[in-house]
Amino acid sequence: MSAPRKTRPAVHAPLPHDSSERHVRGDALYVDDLPEPRDLLHAFVRLSERAHARILRLDVGPVPGSPGVAAVMTASDLRHGNAIGPAFPWDPVFADGTVEYFGQSLFAVAADTVENARRAAQRAVVEYEDLPAILTIEEALAQGSFVLPTEVMRRGDPPAALARSPRRLSGRLHMGGQDHFYLEGQVAMAIPREGGALHVFSSTQAPTEVQHLVARTLGKAYGEVTVEVRRLGGGFGGKETQAALIAVIAAQLADRTGRPVKLRLDRDDDMLLTGKRHDFLVDYDVGFDGAGRILGLDLVLASRCGISADLSGAVNDRAMLSADNCYWLPHLSVTSHRCRTNTVSNTAFRGFGGPQGVMAIEWVVDEVARALGKDPLQIRRRNLYGTRTRNTTPYGMRLDENPMPAILSELERSASYAARRKQIAAFNAASRFSRRGLALTPVKFGISFTATHMNQAGALVHVFTDGSVQLSHGGIEMGQGLHVKVAQVVADELGVGIDRVRVMATSTEKVPNTSPTAASTGSDLNGKAAEAAARNIRRRMARLAAGHLGGRPSAAVFEGGSVRIGRRAMPFAAVAKLAHVERVSLSSTGFYRTPLVHWDRGTFRGRPFYYFAWGAAVSEVEIDLLTGEYRVVRVDILHDCGGSLNPAIDRGQVEGGFVQGMGWLTTEELWWDPKGRLATHAPSTYKIPACSDVPEDFRVTLRLDEGNRLPTVRRSKAVGEPPVMLAISVFHALKDAVAASADHRASPRLDAPATPERVLLAVEELRQRLAAPPPETSR
Amino acid sequence: MSPAGPVPEHGPRARSRISLIVNTQPRELLVDPWKTLLELLREDLGLTGTKHGCELGECGACAVLLDGDLALSCLVPAVECDGRHVTTVEGLRDGPELHPLQAAFADHGATQCGYCTPGMLVAARWVLDRNPSATREEIAEALSGQLCRCTGYLQIYEAVESAARVLRGEPPSPPRLPAADRSVPDDAR
Ligand code: FES
Ligand code: FES
Repeated sequence: MSAPRKTRPAVHAPLPHDSSERHVRGDALYVDDLPEPRDLLHAFVRLSERAHARILRLDVGPVPGSPGVAAVMTASDLRHGNAIGPAFPWDPVFADGTVEYFGQSLFAVAADTVENARRAAQRAVVEYEDLPAILTIEEALAQGSFVLPTEVMRRGDPPAALARSPRRLSGRLHMGGQDHFYLEGQVAMAIPREGGALHVFSSTQAPTEVQHLVARTLGKAYGEVTVEVRRLGGGFGGKETQAALIAVIAAQLADRTGRPVKLRLDRDDDMLLTGKRHDFLVDYDVGFDGAGRILGLDLVLASRCGISADLSGAVNDRAMLSADNCYWLPHLSVTSHRCRTNTVSNTAFRGFGGPQGVMAIEWVVDEVARALGKDPLQIRRRNLYGTRTRNTTPYGMRLDENPMPAILSELERSASYAARRKQIAAFNAASRFSRRGLALTPVKFGISFTATHMNQAGALVHVFTDGSVQLSHGGIEMGQGLHVKVAQVVADELGVGIDRVRVMATSTEKVPNTSPTAASTGSDLNGKAAEAAARNIRRRMARLAAGHLGGRPSAAVFEGGSVRIGRRAMPFAAVAKLAHVERVSLSSTGFYRTPLVHWDRGTFRGRPFYYFAWGAAVSEVEIDLLTGEYRVVRVDILHDCGGSLNPAIDRGQVEGGFVQGMGWLTTEELWWDPKGRLATHAPSTYKIPACSDVPEDFRVTLRLDEGNRLPTVRRSKAVGEPPVMLAISVFHALKDAVAASADHRASPRLDAPATPERVLLAVEELRQRLAAPPPETSR
Repeated sequence: MSPAGPVPEHGPRARSRISLIVNTQPRELLVDPWKTLLELLREDLGLTGTKHGCELGECGACAVLLDGDLALSCLVPAVECDGRHVTTVEGLRDGPELHPLQAAFADHGATQCGYCTPGMLVAARWVLDRNPSATREEIAEALSGQLCRCTGYLQIYEAVESAARVLRGEPPSPPRLPAADRSVPDDAR
């Protein structure tokens, strides 16, 4: 391969993904590709066909008579409990007595083939008695149906500020959810091992959680269950808690039959059974002055959580904490309703509530600008946080840095914002059936788990006597390039080439008690833990080298595969061999806990984030006024990666995250029918971006300055989630184009996702609104 | 199909004996009537490079070449493959050397989770086999059925274009790094 795999030092170098060569050969193994053990059984899960109903009869009697069946299991077979909720005790493995959403798991069958398991499952008889179902946020709000209590975060005196404000606007925005659509669906294989132990291969972002839930539902000790993860074919948050259900079912059936069991969900079943990004309803009341300065804001966020809390508490908290985005809001109230509905329990999705919070405030700022007839960029800039004053977030965290004014200026210049504004106005004036729109939106995203205790990680490094290195850490490789980044850190710490460092599969056997790989923290946490482990070994080796070469251990330099003190050097492998002879350990664990973070959920005050990642994007779109169809003409991104561990990987995260965010806000529409059945449960109807949807001109710049001012791993910054929110610029560009259809005389009503149909309706609504006589009162 | 076609062993649900050529190797096997080519490859031949993405013909993860044409193996009944040639990701390279497309995908960051990669490579091979000077539009057209949830596609385009250069006997294009802006520190710095 032509890429410079041995570049030294490894950190900050654009090295390829550690599995890229295996990916292209087709021999990178995912759970479903592992050699199947003898006697393997395949499981199938039968799903409910009602949104809310009493189960009058669930007769699985005919199932065992079907060919190849080894076991069938319902809620009553789970002797050690049926609840696998991650944070709150509920989330049943199988429906018990009632079904709470269309697509909920009823029971599972294990048989010799998937086909036989599926056929057998259809033999069961299910009879329901329908119960009233709450399907939408509006219904849940009207009926007071919540999974968790409503929370309020407040600063200043919003009612007084609103009353004082010269101008005031209120309105409502709806934004849809999003299916993860990881290309590799949910899958697990559980293998009974000797003495009652169980080995589980799971496509999960949270191996420790899977271990705990498998053990608990089997009445086993955690130590009897091992969970191993080589890689995921995509996760995006969808395999944080949702993978547990699949693993638990496979483990239950394996324990019951004494045989290995694999459960791989079909795409439809996956989309029906597992949770998604929360959809939100936003109500706002904003007060501002003639210059567009926001003086007071009352924001109400209501989200559809589905049947259970799952991670909805933390997701909605983050939405609240992200609702300031980059803006100084002196008098602010954010109310968050966590609605319980008879739909699948919504869950983590890249951004974890952040995108919804940012979308809400960006909409409000845009509305203020349109009410004043100003360019939204001007109003965005006017409301930015300051650098020395006006720089405390509503939850009382002072910003250590505020690069946003600089980022906006740089991007405005590099993307020729002002010139293109003019060009677009000219284009729109001359065009009959097309309109172009332009929008620049900023992103600030807090890095850390808001649950402070989760900000920890472990690693295990072995050096062998030939100088080769094995690295295990608690993070999951799901495509984001975590493994190569952590290996880069270890390679540099030990001064060996990256090709000497082998990253082992993630396993609870190697590194226990880990946090999920989530919240963009993968390389921050695991990189630091691995660095600590490698540093321990290096210190021991430095002492040995000093004894051998003379000089002080602290003077030892590990570089280029050798250890040097002054002018004398010896190969790294020779020091390793020496260690063995001298009976010095070449293995070490490492541990890291993020400093500074603290958070009081009771008062919504503290420092929930170690630092922030920043970025901004300018998008230009063109809509067709006759069809609502549109294309993304050009996108310019400037994104802050601190001292990027690997700019090639980070580029992929920025581009991929942006396109995924664009899908959320444009083409990806989840649609439930009146019976509460998800109608868009396959790629034929649920449209993630295809290669033809990529912006025609797509320019990504990483802002690499002196690096994170906090001592993160090699001064890097997390990059997994923040780029998703850059796509909010596409949505606002579409809104701008719709506004252009009425010469910017009024602000369009446009909900997300802005499908071509919605764009068309928005154009039409605007036309009718402007044709109608003006309303009597306006606020 | 071979002259006799697949031979049912006994009864309508019985297995049929078929012979086909997979990645230049002749294979002969008994297949269940409901099996797809995807299942035959993965389960009967152990060629797990080709992936299950949707089994509905809508994601492209299972793409293979069937008699040189792009086919979604999740939609092709295995019994219909009697006498036909199948090329999968495992058959793209010829010996230990990676096919230029494979090398380019690895070098250009065109794989993240890698799950779409085998299908994407096969589809790209299909377009370049036909037209080594395919434009980006033609590449986009040919890859339009291949979904990738991770990359945002740009690096995939760049990889295909670089491989096309190699196949035309030109030097590969170097991996494009993101532009880096180290310019103005903000006023607080
Ligand atoms: S698995 Fe065949 S197209 Fe998706
Ligand atoms: S690399 Fe993950 S789906 Fe394409």
